[in-house]
Amino acid sequence: MTWGVVVFPGANCDRDCVHVLRAVLGADVAEVWHADRSLDGIDALVLPGGFSYGDYLRSGAVAATAAVMPAVRAFAASGGPVLGICNGFQILTEARLLPGVLMRNRSLRFQCHPVWVRVESTATPFTAGLRLGDVLEMPIAHGEGAYLAPPETLDALEAAGRVVFRYCDARGRVVASANPNGSAAAIAGVANAAGTVVGLMPHPERASEALLGSADGRRLFESAAAWLAARRPATSGAAR
Amino acid sequence: MSAVRAAGAATRAGLSARDAAEVYARLGREPNAVEARMLAVMWSEHCGYKHSKTALRRLPGRSPRVVSGPGENAGVVAIGGGWALAFKMESHNHPSAVDPYNGAATGIGGIIRDILAMGARPVALLDSLRFGPLDEPRPRRLAAGVVAGIAGYGNAIGVPTVGGELRIDPCYRDIPLVNVACLGLVRADRVVTAAASGPGNVVLYVGARTGRDGIGGAAFASAELDETQAAADRASVQMGDPFAGKLLIEATLQALEAGGVVAMQDMGAAGLTCAASEMASRGGVGMTLDLDRVPLREPAMRPEEILLSESQERMLLVVAPAAAATVAAIYRRWGLTAEVVGTVTADRRLRVLAGGRVIADLPPDVLADAPAYDPPSEPPADLHERWRPPVLPEVDPTDVLLRLLAHPDVAGKRAVYQQYDHSVGIRTVVRPGDDAAVLRVLEAPPLGVALVADGNARWCAADPRRGGALVVLEAAANLACVGAEPVAVTDCLNFGSPERPAVYWTFVETIEGIAEACRALDAPVVGGNVSFYNEAEGGRAIAPTPVVGLAGVVPDVARTVPAGFQRAGDLIAVVGDGEASLGASLYAQVVAGRARGRPADPAPARAVAAIACVRDAVRQGVLASAHDCADGGLAVALAEACMAGGHGAAVTLPAGPTTLFGEGPGRFVVSISPPQYGVFEALARARGVPFCALGRVEGDRLRLTPPGARAAAVEVPVDALRAAWTSLEV
Amino acid sequence: MPTVRVTVMLKPGVLDAPGQAILAGLRALGYPVEGARVGKVVELAVPEALRARVDEMCERFLANPLIETWTVEEPEAVR
Repeated sequence: MTWGVVVFPGANCDRDCVHVLRAVLGADVAEVWHADRSLDGIDALVLPGGFSYGDYLRSGAVAATAAVMPAVRAFAASGGPVLGICNGFQILTEARLLPGVLMRNRSLRFQCHPVWVRVESTATPFTAGLRLGDVLEMPIAHGEGAYLAPPETLDALEAAGRVVFRYCDARGRVVASANPNGSAAAIAGVANAAGTVVGLMPHPERASEALLGSADGRRLFESAAAWLAARRPATSGAAR
Repeated sequence: MSAVRAAGAATRAGLSARDAAEVYARLGREPNAVEARMLAVMWSEHCGYKHSKTALRRLPGRSPRVVSGPGENAGVVAIGGGWALAFKMESHNHPSAVDPYNGAATGIGGIIRDILAMGARPVALLDSLRFGPLDEPRPRRLAAGVVAGIAGYGNAIGVPTVGGELRIDPCYRDIPLVNVACLGLVRADRVVTAAASGPGNVVLYVGARTGRDGIGGAAFASAELDETQAAADRASVQMGDPFAGKLLIEATLQALEAGGVVAMQDMGAAGLTCAASEMASRGGVGMTLDLDRVPLREPAMRPEEILLSESQERMLLVVAPAAAATVAAIYRRWGLTAEVVGTVTADRRLRVLAGGRVIADLPPDVLADAPAYDPPSEPPADLHERWRPPVLPEVDPTDVLLRLLAHPDVAGKRAVYQQYDHSVGIRTVVRPGDDAAVLRVLEAPPLGVALVADGNARWCAADPRRGGALVVLEAAANLACVGAEPVAVTDCLNFGSPERPAVYWTFVETIEGIAEACRALDAPVVGGNVSFYNEAEGGRAIAPTPVVGLAGVVPDVARTVPAGFQRAGDLIAVVGDGEASLGASLYAQVVAGRARGRPADPAPARAVAAIACVRDAVRQGVLASAHDCADGGLAVALAEACMAGGHGAAVTLPAGPTTLFGEGPGRFVVSISPPQYGVFEALARARGVPFCALGRVEGDRLRLTPPGARAAAVEVPVDALRAAWTSLEV
Repeated sequence: MPTVRVTVMLKPGVLDAPGQAILAGLRALGYPVEGARVGKVVELAVPEALRARVDEMCERFLANPLIETWTVEEPEAVR
């Protein structure tokens, strides 16, 4: 299978994602330029973190207008797995591929430190290989990561099992002190209705090698690879 | 004759009468108004190093590893595996005093481009900061702005800020210090020079457009600040755009891959003038620049504004003509401008055209080689008075320990470094908060590089020579704790006005001290900068504040140890027997209100032996933890090792304040699992490095008991240590 | 209490990276806009006695006079 990593100007985690997918997972990786209009040959897509277009206006807002985005929409619509990490998550919400918005952290500051998240849904390619309740340690590094959506949207997400990750403590308890940024319902990641498009604020690619303190994040990429292998040769049909 | 004539354009541009006469002597004529402006900026202290360049020659700059030393944009040192590191520290004190956010942000941008200019990918940042007391409004505002500026630029550009230091003292109330360092990685055979060469090669301007940012900023950086001038200097502030900075990194590295780039330099202080004249001067060539081709952001800019603009995120390249189109296309693909603005010539003249007319025509050497001054030097009158041992009141050691932990220089800095992205790049193996940061060299596993910044004005104010040496040894000790050997030193020397004999004497003594320690460590000083005139109105200067950055090599990144105690039952030992002194110590400052007395004798050879012993023990996997004794001495080091590891310790120690709180070089607190103790003993004995078993890791409190005594002199729960040590809020 | 609206804009010629990004985004969406500048709007509830000092607040705090200008809109205009 071939992973695609979209390179937006100002993204700064694209190389990190490429390293993890290529050197740690041993997968084929294609870097997709923001001005490209095709995703031919890509089996799974990563929108990496960073500060695309400087994150001026709103985080992810300008990237959502990039030339590659129609192809990303089409890829998502056809059931292709898409993972938006940090700024990639913000881009997916700005592009309306995922519901909600990411607001400034409650602290009004950029925060960089490890957090724990609990797996709340396994009905996505990126968590199909995990168990409900698994606790993953990954770093966050963002200034605008407070997930917010209208109450009816939040209710709908919860009812449909589309909350994928929730901030928790090391033992998996969702407590107020473990919510780093003031996200509604401690939401760290959500999925689209099909489950194939997932966005999250923590950085799995920074937690994919034990040397860096945690290898938990690697499980997301491995899960998607296994999900794709199992799905073949079907072209769509999310896990639900 | 000449003095009168030279007093025209040259002095109007801001050159002193002495420099104006020198210009006349070198040119054989009076400069025109544009040339005079260029000279005034290039001969400012900031660009010209007039008062420092003679003294800086005393620093050792050589080692077999050095690929490129002082004189280039940054030092480059081989680290093995075909790779090299580029390393440099620079100050941005004056801009940060005026506009803390933009001043600090552009400092980060500038140091990153100095590393990039060597052909290296920037992979880590350090920041060394000094502010006045944070319970006062102005220092608090400055500190918050500076930290936000570093975070705002560094986080966005995607270079992790992995370490640094922050100290508080009233002497920095009006003049904050913002020293930033960057480390980059480059293939040892692909290092780029800043020396222009090859007449006929084209001069390519790349990056952002030129606006009226920071006109004359370099001269401004060298002026003493006063409130009335602040208004007039407003145009001097530069704005950074980390987005453009990030594009510049990626485009430049791609352009270098494509080939044809002969030389490269950041357009920083004095902008186009500085880059063009320094590149031409280094290469012994000339350059013709056509200002009509420079991409502008604003209409109707005057030629001297274009020449001296300090707009950020711009670089000047010398490119082979055949490659110019390819290289320019790479920059444009990244959304940046790229325009041919000139050519390299053989005649050693810098010729500037505007509107088809030659408006300046000078030898680049005259611009790039400012005169060297040898100002009067005299020790401060009260030097020996300062060295009298302090008379210190008797105090309860537990109480002092908690006060030392709460002191801003020792207190936790988590609230600062959590605002910095320190994990982007997936290289950061040892994160901020430990003795030194460690990054893996992804390109050449299992190799790593370690980084640390250190500075201690208390020691340097009391005895600059000892202080300079102690600061370097302390940084080397930090590196040893993660198993790293220092291979490159960079420094920022922050002082008051060099025109004061006592300041200049202190400056030279500090350099001697730094040089002495570097020689003992066999670590070359590969670059750095000098920041003079750190004085507020009324002539109040900061304490002499040299800050050093050390980069070290870690042969195997998996073999580092943490600072904190790891397992109950491990044995605790102190390694090294360097002198410990209460003179100029944090203890003296805390208990007596002033850090009087003389700091410890650095005795570099002895300290270096202990440093090497700990480094090798870490590399061989003999130690469970290692932490150096710094501010607050052994007692604070033990407390920090307890807090970091979440374990208590029971230790037998003479309870005198010198043993507990004295400061000096080359002393470490290590913990060792019992089966490894014999191995460590043999290793230390073989090297003649003294060490002493103190006790063991146990329980949840720190207990220090004098030999033979039953009652502990200090007994504090680790939680109480943590409560005292809680992070400084910025 | 009367509300005044303070608009803070970058001075002409100062690098406005957010404005440029917005311009690029709008053009990418097919709107041939020719310029975009970004500023801040602050609404202040100001007691009458303080009304005369709004300028001073801008100078000292709300704006950075090094790089920004500001305008103050009267209460009537805001309502």
